[in-house]
Amino acid sequence: MSVFGSSVLRVEDRRLLLGEGEYVDDVRVPEALHVALVRSTYAHARIRGIDVSAVVGMPGVVAVETAATLGALNGPHPHPTWFPPAKALLDRVKPTLRPEVIRLLADGKVRYVGEPIVAVVATDRYLAEDALGQVVVDYEPLPVVVDPELSLAPGATLLNDDWGDNLAAHFVIRAGDADRAFTTADQVVRRRIAMPRSTPTPIENRGVVALPDRRSGGLTVWSSSQWPHRLRDALEQVLKLTGGRIRVVAPDVGGGFGVKSMVYPEELLAPTLALKYRRPVRWTDSRRENFVSGTHARDQIHDIELALRADGTIMGLRDRFLVDAGASNVECLVCPYNSAAHLPGPYRIPSLEIECFTVLTNKTPNAAARGAGRPEAVFAMEGILDAAADELGLDRVEMRRRNILRAEEMPHDHGILYRDGVPLVLDGGDYLGGLEDALEALGFEALRAEQALLRGQGRYLGIGVAGYIEGTGVGPYESARIRVDPSGQVIVAIGPPSQGQSHETTFAQICADGLGVAMEDVRVVQGDTAVLPWGMGTIASRTAVVVGNAVGIAARGLRDKALRAAADLLEVSPGDLRHENGRITVAGSPEVSMRLGQLATRVGPGGGRLGEIGPGLEEHAGFQPPTVTFANGVHACAVEVDIETGQISIRRYVVSHDCGRLINPRVVEGQILGGLAQGLGAALFEELVYDEMGQLVNGSLADYGMPRATDMPPVVVLHRETPSERNPLGIKGVGEAGGIPVAAAIVSAVGDALRPLGVDISTCPLTPARVLEQIAAARSRTA
Amino acid sequence: MYPAAFEYLAPSTFEEAIELLERHGPGAKLLAGGCSLVPLMKLRLAQPTHIVDLGRVPDAAGIREEDGVLRIGAMTREADLVRSAAVVGRYPILVDTCSVIADPTVRNMGTVGGNLVHGDPANDHPATMMALRASFVALCASGSRIVPAEEFFLGLFETALGPAEILTEIRIPAPVPGSGGAYVKFERQVGDFAIAAAAAWVRLDGDRVADASIVLTNAGPTAIRARAAETVIAGRVPETMTLREAGEAAREGLEPWPDLRGSRDVKRHLAGVAVERALRAAVGRARDDGGDRV
Repeated sequence: MSVFGSSVLRVEDRRLLLGEGEYVDDVRVPEALHVALVRSTYAHARIRGIDVSAVVGMPGVVAVETAATLGALNGPHPHPTWFPPAKALLDRVKPTLRPEVIRLLADGKVRYVGEPIVAVVATDRYLAEDALGQVVVDYEPLPVVVDPELSLAPGATLLNDDWGDNLAAHFVIRAGDADRAFTTADQVVRRRIAMPRSTPTPIENRGVVALPDRRSGGLTVWSSSQWPHRLRDALEQVLKLTGGRIRVVAPDVGGGFGVKSMVYPEELLAPTLALKYRRPVRWTDSRRENFVSGTHARDQIHDIELALRADGTIMGLRDRFLVDAGASNVECLVCPYNSAAHLPGPYRIPSLEIECFTVLTNKTPNAAARGAGRPEAVFAMEGILDAAADELGLDRVEMRRRNILRAEEMPHDHGILYRDGVPLVLDGGDYLGGLEDALEALGFEALRAEQALLRGQGRYLGIGVAGYIEGTGVGPYESARIRVDPSGQVIVAIGPPSQGQSHETTFAQICADGLGVAMEDVRVVQGDTAVLPWGMGTIASRTAVVVGNAVGIAARGLRDKALRAAADLLEVSPGDLRHENGRITVAGSPEVSMRLGQLATRVGPGGGRLGEIGPGLEEHAGFQPPTVTFANGVHACAVEVDIETGQISIRRYVVSHDCGRLINPRVVEGQILGGLAQGLGAALFEELVYDEMGQLVNGSLADYGMPRATDMPPVVVLHRETPSERNPLGIKGVGEAGGIPVAAAIVSAVGDALRPLGVDISTCPLTPARVLEQIAAARSRTA
Repeated sequence: MYPAAFEYLAPSTFEEAIELLERHGPGAKLLAGGCSLVPLMKLRLAQPTHIVDLGRVPDAAGIREEDGVLRIGAMTREADLVRSAAVVGRYPILVDTCSVIADPTVRNMGTVGGNLVHGDPANDHPATMMALRASFVALCASGSRIVPAEEFFLGLFETALGPAEILTEIRIPAPVPGSGGAYVKFERQVGDFAIAAAAAWVRLDGDRVADASIVLTNAGPTAIRARAAETVIAGRVPETMTLREAGEAAREGLEPWPDLRGSRDVKRHLAGVAVERALRAAVGRARDDGGDRV
């Protein structure tokens, strides 16, 4: 019986829930040295000098490192996470790109508060922290730029003197004839819509442990990383230590959400120092550090406009948007291009022109976080759809109905390229059907009636709807190595590690079906370059699609191999053999059989027979998708706003989504609800606030609002399963989808509730204070 | 987020704790639930040389009502207060207050005494204690004294306690006929400090307000009495418009500090709404004849 598609319990839960997981800080190595970092207290300054004399000789202090003491190892190195998009995209879009570099410690200049300058190395972390206060950094403050528009203005202070300006990337994408659409439109609607800066805030902060290996002269490095293989590659480059001598392990990872998909200075520093001292070195992020040292998210301003017919039909879309990349554009075009490519979303947009400016400012670098540019795009698009409906006098939901794509229009070509350089062609699904599902489950018609009734009583109910698409399962490829051991246990080795994605469960389900064994006999090992040296990261809603299909292909390949080897040993034709539940039998002669473990023994070196299948009962296979496959859906919600207190209560929330075939519905639901919680944070609570000196004002969990269990509304999740045609298992990714349209849907609902007051909301989070201010502003406009 | 080194001391009596405070001087700090002190230490904003943990002092916690007074041991955990049989049903204002302090995890550790002596105007108990006209028992080497709540909070993080003096007990007058109280807090989300909050206590004589205390949280350097609001409702029938007037009066002259929770205008506005709603709930409880309660 197939386990694919069933909600089997998560294999990893027992370990994790009992506190038996092993996170980086749990990794014990003897006599490790601890690093604490002096971080910049200035957003922009030259470093005139560093005086560490008071630290030398303090209890427990072993060394103090600066850019000067590290020499060439300090860099600048090419930034390991800055890589340009596919060549096909470069050729057609011709973006302007400025390559980024990484330094282990700041050298001569700091560009954001929190940038590491000095490493104090001590026998324990407390002693290292004691010493931090004794380091004196002599700063020469420079002008600070925190506003991305001012950063683009002539005469702005420069983050990189040799650039001549602060523009890290620029591009324009076009489809159809937008100029014509705008000159012939019945109506043009414009808005400025901004999504502020936030931070992904995983429960486990970052951390790294580096243990020198005496025999090879190399290192084993544990890092709380979404992409250990990329860290391995970066370390090989920085340390010039190749030949498989660096092993990187991502053990249990307590949430990533994008912030752990980068390579950070600390992850290069600890291994560098471990090699230098020939001793284990470790560093663990504190929460306070994490607010300024981990990458931030969102922070886009869109000047967006729609060309419309009077009946609401969209003729064209124009958008000019700014991405505030902070002090370093560490991921090149990942978020900027994702935003641009996902702007048309699930809608029929005959023409578009989208221009992006990615700009440096004196803030912590900003990069991908769950959704990676898509929540921002959906926020802008849904905001302009609301504005268009309001200005045309159409119902906001009707506006979507008229423009959302229908099943018969699939596949639909948006006329632009995806980030992988392949034309962005939506690969199936009934988007209108998904919208109607959501509206029905929400009780839309009844709510509209109730809304009118309540308005008469001075109560403010609003309905919000937001649609999204997400390119998931980005390549290039992944592989899986599956091996049967003599006990009959099956070991599935994959590259990308889990940070909560349930790899140990879902990939075991796929393997069990493909190979024909019980799921309990399958063990998934992951995130360790020694276990499988190839792998991209657990990022971009890609692992289920790309790794999952690799597992499926390898499992079926191994099944065929097992049958061939067994046929050879039993001297029958492979076609006469059956494999079920870990046992190979001969058709018609059930008494002749062999367990998979027995076969593994016979073809293993101990069994003494090197057959045509090669050494061991093992298969290594890869899967390369042709391009991404598009998950999609609609979120709809009803909120009530207390206009006296600005408090928002979410009455009902419906998720209608299509992520292709579900490997494990419960896991999918968990992903959606987790994403929803983060989207709720964006809608209602989360915003990193910088003052004009570039100081982060609310860098603590006492000040920065995170969603909590008690903030979750009642949620209904509806699945549609349109199998993807772009991979054998028919899967689409779902890791990010849950969070993509949430801020758009909730803000739309609040805007709908407050329309009678003339409120027009184009930002978030909607804290009580912001809601009250919007109401007050609307009242003063109409007064 | 790694505290500086300190010495940990665990006295077994209040007297011993006072002796330790005197011996180690201003570097010594009392530890109750640790919900305020420990974060400050982790940020190194506080670097005490000695921590005097009151967690092992017997009878420092406990709740009982006798002789017309509710006595709450200073080390009583918030979670115990909110579940106490002596409190639930009879002191709903304490349940209101306690259940909006931080979150359940914090309330499992946090103590009523700690919430008061920290002197943080954003903490929730001070306003409620002032509204209930509570008094505090303070113990030092020369003996104990009683400090009315209204005289206890002197300024930002500053209380009437001497350097080697410990708050040992909170005393709240038991409910009288016609009395009712409520605490209403507006926050960005569950667990946060108040944008604005108000504690209200009233005693009705027939239809009219015979006596009232209204106190605001996080609207100044300490919890502050909204005297103008009290004056508005004194002797009047607490109808909707009267309560609205009281809320309006509470805003007069109020200068809350603007921060990320809200601008001065927003906080002033919400303080008024909190007063109005707390009064409405308090009056409702006072009118309800389900027995005496506040």
